[in-house]
Amino acid sequence: MIDLLTVVIILVKLILILGVILTLAAYLVFAERRILGRMQLRLGPNRVGPFGLLQPLADVIKLLTKEDFLPSQADKWLFLLAPGMASITAILAFAVVPFSPPLHLFGREIPMVVCDLNVGVLYFLALSSLAVYGVALGGWASNSKYSLLGGIRGLAQLISYELSMGLSLVPVVLMARSFSLTDIVLAQSPLPFAILNPVAFLIFMISIAAESKRIPFDIPEAENELVAGYHTEYSGMRFGLFFVGEYINVIILSSMTTVFFLGGWSGPLLPPLIWFFLKMLAVSFFFIWMRGTLPRLRYDQLMHFGWKFLIPLSLLNVIATGAVLLAIR
Amino acid sequence: MNLWRGIKGSIQPFGITFRNIFRKPSTIQYPEQKRTPAPRFRARIILTRDPDGGERCVACYLCSAACPVDCISMQSAERPDGRRYATWFRINFSRCIFCGMCAEACPTLAIQMTPDYEFSKREPLTLVYEKEDLLVDHGGKDNEYNYYRHAGIGVVNPRGGNPDEAPPVDIRTNLP
Repeated sequence: MIDLLTVVIILVKLILILGVILTLAAYLVFAERRILGRMQLRLGPNRVGPFGLLQPLADVIKLLTKEDFLPSQADKWLFLLAPGMASITAILAFAVVPFSPPLHLFGREIPMVVCDLNVGVLYFLALSSLAVYGVALGGWASNSKYSLLGGIRGLAQLISYELSMGLSLVPVVLMARSFSLTDIVLAQSPLPFAILNPVAFLIFMISIAAESKRIPFDIPEAENELVAGYHTEYSGMRFGLFFVGEYINVIILSSMTTVFFLGGWSGPLLPPLIWFFLKMLAVSFFFIWMRGTLPRLRYDQLMHFGWKFLIPLSLLNVIATGAVLLAIR
Repeated sequence: MNLWRGIKGSIQPFGITFRNIFRKPSTIQYPEQKRTPAPRFRARIILTRDPDGGERCVACYLCSAACPVDCISMQSAERPDGRRYATWFRINFSRCIFCGMCAEACPTLAIQMTPDYEFSKREPLTLVYEKEDLLVDHGGKDNEYNYYRHAGIGVVNPRGGNPDEAPPVDIRTNLP
């Protein structure tokens, strides 16, 4: 049933996605440093190569040649495993992202998604919940107070925002009548869900800001209180994996926002793939913008906000969307 | 009201940071662009000379005493004509904090600060400057000042032998 060409096509897609995602993550770090610099009236890194464009390469070389330090009392295997958990879960979620409508090449239809799961939404939610294992295990295995506190905060943060993130996706699924991401994109053909259901969009944006563990929700790695939180004890490329995982996470969350709320690949004039990347980069820019603007929330403020505001609001939103859909039908 | 203020306070900053992207960064890119330091900028220390070319330093140890990090050391000596000088004078710039206390303490304007701040080195020992490294051929900030003109040129040994000078008072003559 599966011939050689299909296997080759799948492999090429995997290699392309992995290559593009890793390059994009590296340059997102660079873009963040430059944009943050400009927001703070600095220049940012501009020394390595033209406009500093080779800075990611220099960073990788630096991280790879640094000592890979293992604390003496650390739980060895968990300590070594945790950085991988953080980045692998982020990369795996790209399997269900539809980048554009199917291409017609060599007389056959090639879907521009690695695997169009019919429960793609659940797959994404599952992986984003698994991502916190990297934080929690890394924090626990380091045998350091700061790391442990960071890990605990990561878990506490997860249970505060994960519910509202899931609940904000329920209206999307209700409106698209499908769990498949391709169907969700197709269902937004006249108007994207961000306009049809702005409340769900707002809740989702706040929740993914917490999910990405960045300012204003970077409570697990709060520099001022916890040195570096869960990755205090990590060095070299293991720290690099945590770091790159954070940015891959930003890219996957931006892609998911594009797919769920901004109409995916659809858009006038430009090819669908370009539209997808433009929307994704716009959401990524918003992440950077937010980091340059807002201060960090306190640990209990996030919990209060998540449990007392976001979850009731998203529950109400689910009920309201369901009622409206029922009335329309 | 409070809620409205909270919402406004979380949205307004976005506009400010976005505006900042298009403003000119205040960064000075150092090796290519350099700012001109003020004339009284406190950097590399020098030992200046009189207008007639003599060393101003009289090795009084005041700079060494004023130095909060004890980076100045010297050995005083006296020439046959009674003029004091430092046989060696050493500033350890790897310790110096460029506070300028030494220049303030100096009674003869010998030790002065210059705006030359670019003299970092890889080897810490090369930052120990000896007297020949510190001495310059000019008077620094005041080229006219000549300490010995005010204090009596050609101090003789024993004291008080100069033409317009009275010999030192023997304090014991004041005793009852």
